[in-house]
Amino acid sequence: MAINFTLNGELREEASVSPTMTALEFLRENAGLTGTKEGCAEGDCGACTIALVRNGTGRLEAVNSCLLVVGQLDGANVVTVEGLTEKGGELEAVQQAIVTQDGTQCGFCTPGFVMALHALRHSGEAVSDDIIHDALAGNLCRCTGYRSIVDAARTACAVPAGAVSSNDLQAGNAHEADSELYYAPKTIAELIARRAEHPEAPLLSGGTDLGLLFSKERQKFPVTIYTQNVEELRLIDEDAAAITIGAAATYTEALPLIETNYPSFGVLIHRIGSRQIRNVGTIGGNIGNASPIGDTPPCLIALGSVLALHGAGGRREIALENFFLDYRSTDLQPDEIIESVRIPKLSKGQIFRTYKISKRYDQDISSVIGAFHLTLAGGVVTEVRIAFGGMAATPKRAAACELALTGKTWSEESVALAAAEISKDFSPIGDHRASAAYRLRVAENLFVRLFRDIEGSDHVEVMAL
Amino acid sequence: MSVETDIVGAVHTKVRHDSARGHVTGQAQYIDDMPLLPGTLEVVLVTSPHPHAAIVSIDVAAARAADGVRDVISANGIPGDNNIGPVFDGEPALAEGVVDYVGAPVVAIAADSYDQARAAAALVKIDYEVRPAVLDIEQALEQELYTYPPQFMTIGDPDAAITKAQHRIDGEVRCGGQDHFYLESHIAMAVPGEFGDLQVYCSTQHPSEVQHGVAHVLGVPTNEVTVEVRRMGGAFGGKESQPSIFAAIAALLADRTGQPVKLRLRRDDDMVITGKRHDFLFRYDVGFDPDGRIEGVDILMGMRSGNVADLSPGVLARALCHADNCYYLPNARLRGYPCKTNTVSNTAFRGFGGPQGMLVIETVIEHIARTLGRAVDEIRAVNYYSTDDRNVTPYQQRVTDNIILPIVDRLRSEIDFDGLSSAIDEFNGANQTLKKGIALMPVKFGISFNTPKLNQAGALVHVYTDGSVHLNHGGTEMGQGLFTKVAQVVASVFQIDLDNIKISSTRTDKVPNTSATAASAGSDLNGMAAFNATNTIKARMVEVAANHFSASVDSIEFRQNRVYAGNESLSFTELAQLTWDERVSLSATGFYSTPGLSWDAKSMIGNPFYYYTYGAAVSEVVIDTLTGESRVLRTDILQDCGNSLNPAIDLGQIEGAFVQGQGWLTSEELVWDDAGRLLTHGPSTYKIPGSRDVPPIFNVHILEDAPNREATIFHSKAVGEPPLMLALSVWLAIRDAVSRVTGHRHLPNLDAPATPEAILMAVDDIKRRDSQTPSPAKV
Repeated sequence: MAINFTLNGELREEASVSPTMTALEFLRENAGLTGTKEGCAEGDCGACTIALVRNGTGRLEAVNSCLLVVGQLDGANVVTVEGLTEKGGELEAVQQAIVTQDGTQCGFCTPGFVMALHALRHSGEAVSDDIIHDALAGNLCRCTGYRSIVDAARTACAVPAGAVSSNDLQAGNAHEADSELYYAPKTIAELIARRAEHPEAPLLSGGTDLGLLFSKERQKFPVTIYTQNVEELRLIDEDAAAITIGAAATYTEALPLIETNYPSFGVLIHRIGSRQIRNVGTIGGNIGNASPIGDTPPCLIALGSVLALHGAGGRREIALENFFLDYRSTDLQPDEIIESVRIPKLSKGQIFRTYKISKRYDQDISSVIGAFHLTLAGGVVTEVRIAFGGMAATPKRAAACELALTGKTWSEESVALAAAEISKDFSPIGDHRASAAYRLRVAENLFVRLFRDIEGSDHVEVMAL
Repeated sequence: MSVETDIVGAVHTKVRHDSARGHVTGQAQYIDDMPLLPGTLEVVLVTSPHPHAAIVSIDVAAARAADGVRDVISANGIPGDNNIGPVFDGEPALAEGVVDYVGAPVVAIAADSYDQARAAAALVKIDYEVRPAVLDIEQALEQELYTYPPQFMTIGDPDAAITKAQHRIDGEVRCGGQDHFYLESHIAMAVPGEFGDLQVYCSTQHPSEVQHGVAHVLGVPTNEVTVEVRRMGGAFGGKESQPSIFAAIAALLADRTGQPVKLRLRRDDDMVITGKRHDFLFRYDVGFDPDGRIEGVDILMGMRSGNVADLSPGVLARALCHADNCYYLPNARLRGYPCKTNTVSNTAFRGFGGPQGMLVIETVIEHIARTLGRAVDEIRAVNYYSTDDRNVTPYQQRVTDNIILPIVDRLRSEIDFDGLSSAIDEFNGANQTLKKGIALMPVKFGISFNTPKLNQAGALVHVYTDGSVHLNHGGTEMGQGLFTKVAQVVASVFQIDLDNIKISSTRTDKVPNTSATAASAGSDLNGMAAFNATNTIKARMVEVAANHFSASVDSIEFRQNRVYAGNESLSFTELAQLTWDERVSLSATGFYSTPGLSWDAKSMIGNPFYYYTYGAAVSEVVIDTLTGESRVLRTDILQDCGNSLNPAIDLGQIEGAFVQGQGWLTSEELVWDDAGRLLTHGPSTYKIPGSRDVPPIFNVHILEDAPNREATIFHSKAVGEPPLMLALSVWLAIRDAVSRVTGHRHLPNLDAPATPEAILMAVDDIKRRDSQTPSPAKV
């Protein structure tokens, strides 16, 4: 079946294109739209940013076309920089504002900035500087120093533009081209059946990690299974005790409920990748790829989250902390998929904080991330769950630290004693992000930050100023 | 050169970048956007996995037989001279016999598609005999391994001055390198023409050097190769010498196959294969008097040159020439060692050694201040160059245009530096975790290529009979707005609106034998060359007009798109047509060479700079003493641009350079492993500043009423590089914050970049040292 989508308002029916060709390559080489640039092919520079409305979302979202594959465009309304202005015609508001503010120098990053801000303009948000930086965190400019671009965003996005509608194209369930099979099931049952038939096939969701294999590694797989069209996997739900996030729901979709229930976790989500990444990337993927430096697993473990896994033999649940077996290895069986993660809500007396340490505030990978879940009653720590990322081969609880704090008075001294146990829990490695010594030192110091933060006795983050 | 501004787009007005509309619509074309000619091949390079090894054998048989492969070459397939060295010979495009850094190109494969070339690259078998590698500056210094002989600059008697001085300090500090991270990675496309001619489209700041490199490698005369570039997606020095490698390989493959060949480096390859800003190790020994006045300095600069010299001689010379910054050093020995290491050869990067030279002297100034218990700016004040005496640099050029004092005084008083500093004391007293710091950075930057012969430029101007103008010059456009500025010059001379001037791509067949667009001198040189070309045509038109009006030549005036003789006038278009009718040429070349320069590279003495550009910045930062995270809270800048040719473009240069410098000094960390491999080779691991990192309060002002005293183009000043060094205010402010943790009693042990890790370690270190020091009487 052909991959159907609209591109700058025109219908494209692509029957022969490889479904795992990157959208960027397709735009530049097949569609002749060279306004969208390749800066890094790893979703970190934003020069390839395009905007699209995917079926069912109703939102115009900025995405990195370098990590997206053509199959993921199926049914979408796609807009590139060429779609904003007719030749010689009036510039779109963001374009005009960037011109007026002298916000271009070499111009290579500019189309990506235009598209990121175009999506912001249509998002309905009342822009603030914080939101502008949030919207631009995925776009790098090496020339301007950003001031002029941010000024342009302030003017162009001051008045939100209307929503952009999705088209009424339906996505197909399977595509085949160049001896590649691309399945895009729409139900869990169909997904599990495909998974059982092709246990070796990669499960593609947002593709913000897997996309690197297509983009940079130039890999092709005989079969790829795309999960984000499975409606059940996109569900986001809550009851009195917990919130449940479908494995294929995007960060953007999950964010409101997370922000409401665990504000500190919400702040962290804003620092994961960029909007372009969060608009397609998923918490399910962050769990499934089992990276030791994924940002959500330490939080989810500290919060006591439970995974629902679904396979040919049925459905089972597993505490997230038991899911990670070793470096990039999990308990997921070859016939299974991650269905959802259930995160208990905080009850009275419970406090959750997470702190991420990286070289750059936005869109950087953690050198260390700590997540702290405390239950305080009458000045005593009755229960504590602490997990770290970047400190071991898997996201992992700090058992010795937890033990040292449990049942203790909530005081600077007992927190310091717990922190001192950190080297019993972890022997981190040193790499290009940080040395082992720094990781240990910071992890220890995060306990001090935690105490001061909860006590409200001191500013504890440079971004708070 | 008085200028009327009653035309649209005259010099000194805020004219937009000529391609702004093209940038925002995606219509501005970069080389990778050019429609491919039929049969265009793509190239993948096979590079060395070892920092140092002999190449025993290369087997390309399987690669050659792979799908879609059209050609495979290694060094022995080079018909000409395998040498693209910009200064010295012996710097190969493809490794020959030996590889001496991880990433050195060994084999190039051209195939119908990139993926085919990539697949074939995996089939190339190269046997290496691994040799011991030298990977860092210390090792090279110890073994006295240099890419060319060390450079020394001496004035006065530093040994005696240091020994006799009442105070003496010594210390060590280092700064990291920096990847350019232009958004457009390296690219070259070679198209074979008739009779062996080659047209090479290349993202380069130096088309002439690419032309020479291609001609050398192919063994053909220069006139068979034409190099063209309309615009680059950023360059920052990274496309000065480096493009020759890729252009030469693409050209060679195009020549051999007879097909067009495109070589575009993917980001990771670009970062691994090409050079960066030089990292430095500095050691200093300084004598000073009780007021902090420097009497003698001895500074060692160990610079990581890399596997070959490339542009290191120029970079090191500039580092040595800027180790004084704004300070009078009566007795100085500045020793530069270009360390040969088995890492990629470092190269030009905005500032070109200047930032590194300034970093060490600012550390010295701070060290003196901490030693004497005085404010850093008090130490600066007694050391600034004077105007009449105390104004000779260590390279014996006299500083005659010094305006650093008024700039610093004005900036400090406008922002109430002392008030800000007191507020910081208050904040730091009230906060345990976060500590603020503040620092000023004065900058004096020498303008001109250090090597006098490079300071020349050419331009070509045509006027067509409809009055439209075609402008070409040897400068290249990398986003800095050079094309716009030079067009403003032409418009102002002709007194016609800017939109009459057609800007055209840089081509070696239009203006030959050019210098790189570098050293901040692009508009100084090319603007003046275009000025001269335009005036040549204008003088001819004046004569035609004088005849036409039967008026004297002196009475002819170009004004508001017309040409006047008293009350009579012609439109510029009419005069252009009339000039042609009179069979007078409407085309001219223009040439310019900067006057008064001299430089003896051996003794390191001379007048290498036409003038100096000045500026100052103050930055306020906050650090987290638990994690080492930092943030710039505020920056104020006052920058000298002379009579700015275009204040809008200059503002963008100042802001952009500052933020780029901020990245160098904070978040941008290049990390190599023990096997000589670069671990930070993409934006996921190498972190340049993002929009949130820009100071939330960022006040940038261009110094007004400050015409260049020299007769530069409309008395403007160069602006490309100098503001980058203003970012040292961020690094110094972070050091100030660390130092304030223990009441300014100690000098922090903090190198650049000041990453969270480096800052936390410096905080822990200064606390440790303080706790070991007998505490001074508590105030």
